[in-house]
Amino acid sequence: MKERLIVIGNGMAGMRTVEEILKLDSEAYDITVFGAEPYGNYNRIMLSPVLAGEKTIDEIMINDEQWYVDNNITLHKGKTIVDIDRKARKVVVDDGSEQEYDRLLIATGSTPFIIPLPGHELEGVVAFRDIHDVDMMIDAAKNHKHAVVIGGGLLGLEAANGLMQQGMKVTVLHIVDTLMERQMDSVAGKMLRKSLEERGMEILMPASTKEIVGDGRVEKVILEDGREIETGIVVMAVGIRPNIELASKVGIHCERGIVVNDTMQTFDPRVYSVGECVQHRGETYGLVAPLFEMAKVCANHLVQHGIARYEGSVTSTKLKVTGIDLFSAGDFTGDENTEELVFQDASRGVYRKLVIEDSKVKGAVMYGDTIDGSWYFDLMRDETDITDFREKILFGQAHLGDSGHGDENRIAMMDDSAEICGCNGVTKGDIVHSININKLLTLEEVRAHTKASGSCGSCTGLVESLLAHTVGGDYSVAPHLKPICACTEHTHDEVRKAIKDNELRSIRATIDFMEWKTADGCSKCRPALNYYVMCQYPDAGSDDSQSRFINERAHANIQKDATYSVIPRMWGGGTTPQELRAIADVAEKYEVKTVHVTGGQRIALYGLTKQELPQVWGELNDAGLVSGHAYGKALRTVKTCVGKEWCRFGTQDSTQLGVDLEKMTWGSWTPHKYKMAASGCPRNCAEATIKDFGVVCVDSGYELHVGGNGGIKVRATDLLCTVATDAEVLEYAAAFMQIYREEAHYLERTAPWIERVGLSYVKQHIVDDAENRKVLAERFHYSQSFAQDDPWEARAKGAEKHEFEPMKTINA
Amino acid sequence: MSNEWIEVGSLSDIPKLGARVVNAPGGDIAVFRTADDEVFALRDACPHKGGPLSQGIVHGNRVACPLHDWKIMLDSGNAVAPDEGCAASYPVKIDAETIFLSLTPNDGCPNQD
Repeated sequence: MKERLIVIGNGMAGMRTVEEILKLDSEAYDITVFGAEPYGNYNRIMLSPVLAGEKTIDEIMINDEQWYVDNNITLHKGKTIVDIDRKARKVVVDDGSEQEYDRLLIATGSTPFIIPLPGHELEGVVAFRDIHDVDMMIDAAKNHKHAVVIGGGLLGLEAANGLMQQGMKVTVLHIVDTLMERQMDSVAGKMLRKSLEERGMEILMPASTKEIVGDGRVEKVILEDGREIETGIVVMAVGIRPNIELASKVGIHCERGIVVNDTMQTFDPRVYSVGECVQHRGETYGLVAPLFEMAKVCANHLVQHGIARYEGSVTSTKLKVTGIDLFSAGDFTGDENTEELVFQDASRGVYRKLVIEDSKVKGAVMYGDTIDGSWYFDLMRDETDITDFREKILFGQAHLGDSGHGDENRIAMMDDSAEICGCNGVTKGDIVHSININKLLTLEEVRAHTKASGSCGSCTGLVESLLAHTVGGDYSVAPHLKPICACTEHTHDEVRKAIKDNELRSIRATIDFMEWKTADGCSKCRPALNYYVMCQYPDAGSDDSQSRFINERAHANIQKDATYSVIPRMWGGGTTPQELRAIADVAEKYEVKTVHVTGGQRIALYGLTKQELPQVWGELNDAGLVSGHAYGKALRTVKTCVGKEWCRFGTQDSTQLGVDLEKMTWGSWTPHKYKMAASGCPRNCAEATIKDFGVVCVDSGYELHVGGNGGIKVRATDLLCTVATDAEVLEYAAAFMQIYREEAHYLERTAPWIERVGLSYVKQHIVDDAENRKVLAERFHYSQSFAQDDPWEARAKGAEKHEFEPMKTINA
Repeated sequence: MSNEWIEVGSLSDIPKLGARVVNAPGGDIAVFRTADDEVFALRDACPHKGGPLSQGIVHGNRVACPLHDWKIMLDSGNAVAPDEGCAASYPVKIDAETIFLSLTPNDGCPNQD
């Protein structure tokens, strides 16, 4: 018989956990859900837009009743659990019935705090917590003109905005003199106040309520200072408290919340708890993002995978008032150990403040333009050292590179027809529509449904902001440590470490050791694992062609019509009449449709069929031409100028240097494509400062530049150091390539990798530590001793025949 | 269309977690082999933009299209949700080590040609 799981609470946390359980093992439990409210599971953070008339209840339903039926879940709505007999393992329902469980999940959420003022029990005094409250407010708006909201925090202001949208005159009473003081400093608070007042909201602060007066129904509010405000409804939005009533009644250890460990287990090992009712490592959460992480961990343990841990969440806040962009995260007040970076432009209505401690972001407040909120949030959560870009940080991530979209990225102001994802042609309207219709809550879901940010990924930040903007509440950004793919919970770094520490010399060994959830991985993790194993053990001969993307398996680039391109290597961009003749002969013989000069100083032949490839390569081989690896996550090209041999400005023999670099590095597989260049003087005709590794020759020697790329987002290189001899250039080039090969995540180019680890880190390991540099370079050369075989040559001679020939041809 | 079984090769002709192409009069058919030696045949064209499924990475009972990474179920030819569409699937049988293919597609995929 299946084990029985009872879930108390039919809210977002409980149902998210159930969804995660179903994803992992839909047969694990007979699931029964008890919910006090008479509805399915809805998105509570969207109550504000419902109140404001921007959404309907149907639109914010996450799981309708059919969902419970479809997933064989028994839902008891409108039923409250009044007792738990933990010894007999059963719950007691308010109708007197009892039901047994094997595991119990308490997800009772939180309850609004009602100040026990005189008159707080009058009709017309409501909280802002559930559909019932919203119904009461909408009802009041029909019969009354004035509303009072007690509490100028996030919830209070959203309620006030909603009531104004319903046509009421709203007065907000706030006890201190800054709005949303738990999320904002006084400057941002003032800007917020100004724009809310411009919309017609009346805000009194500091204002302390003395009593609520009325005959049966509320009629007015009296303040401590004697002021009186007539009103037809009073909304109390002064905070929430974890709902621990049931848990503490039955003796489960509670403090402010139900105390859980890192597996979301309470002090009763059969009882788990998630959501706003829990207290984890001393913290309680009143936001949604932590729920997702908790739900994932809890489900993992409930289906007895037993490998995930919840380690707490860093949260951030956005206000869901249409047209107001506001973001806050972390500790934004600071103390004597912190410093502040501030940007303020009052007439544009833009304000940003970052609180910095030990060169790390501790907190952020943004008003007016919050596009970089997710970036600051990531920096904060990942504790990134910001020294290397401190002078630019306030201008946002877009300004780190040169081709960002700057102010175009202000989500709130964008037109529905604005294109967000340029690769897949997805507009803001498309994304918002899909989020609403399909009830999407995470970036991955938006990607799956709309394809936005699923190709090149450069619009990921925009899509995240749009998601936050649409589903609102707080930033439910992707989890801090991202698993490689859905096959595993492990991150890239964890997998690389395991491969190294445990001598995992094949994909199979890695998948087995790391307990992959799928039998043989997927198209995302297998190429990554193949690379990681090969990089760690170049001598193991582990390369698995079935785990390589087609381009690397066929050693040619697949084109959209399923033909392939062929690009032979031209060392340092140089060629000879004989080579050109051979290329021309092949192009004519095979009726190549397009001959094109690439950006990497070589010649590409397009439109060849797969079957033709080995013959074409054979003929090119005969002229001395080899694979250019233009199809691989590998060393691509070394671009050069003609240097001092010809150029009157040239300072060194950059052309020969480029050839030497290419001879040393060709054949090397890397996490992503890898490009180099060598320029003969600071005029930099070879564009070395947008390459992964670039050399700019100067009179005194060689400047070495790293971490640049053209592409999606242009990033100019950082100067690594200056060296005197070409031998040193080669040593640094090998060492840098090797540290990138060993430490970057698969499909991460040097630019984002350097932004992640910091230039200082790279300098420390390559420049400051000469011994380490030598060791890295040696490892690179050792790896190269296995890698430098022209893949075309073997295949031209008949290797891997099955890859290129049809299995059978059936004639009509 | 013929209902006959046509011999197309032996199991060992296809790499594990790989595919081979059969040139057929109506267009290419991709023949896949999974980790546990199951064999499936699909029209070699992704329902999305016609990408050659035979060139994709095979994992579990799916193949990832090489052009835009759509996942297609090997048994039914259906795209994995939320993507929608299907590639026609063809009957396959293995006798000893020999693979036989029928050129009459299975029912269930409307856009088979």
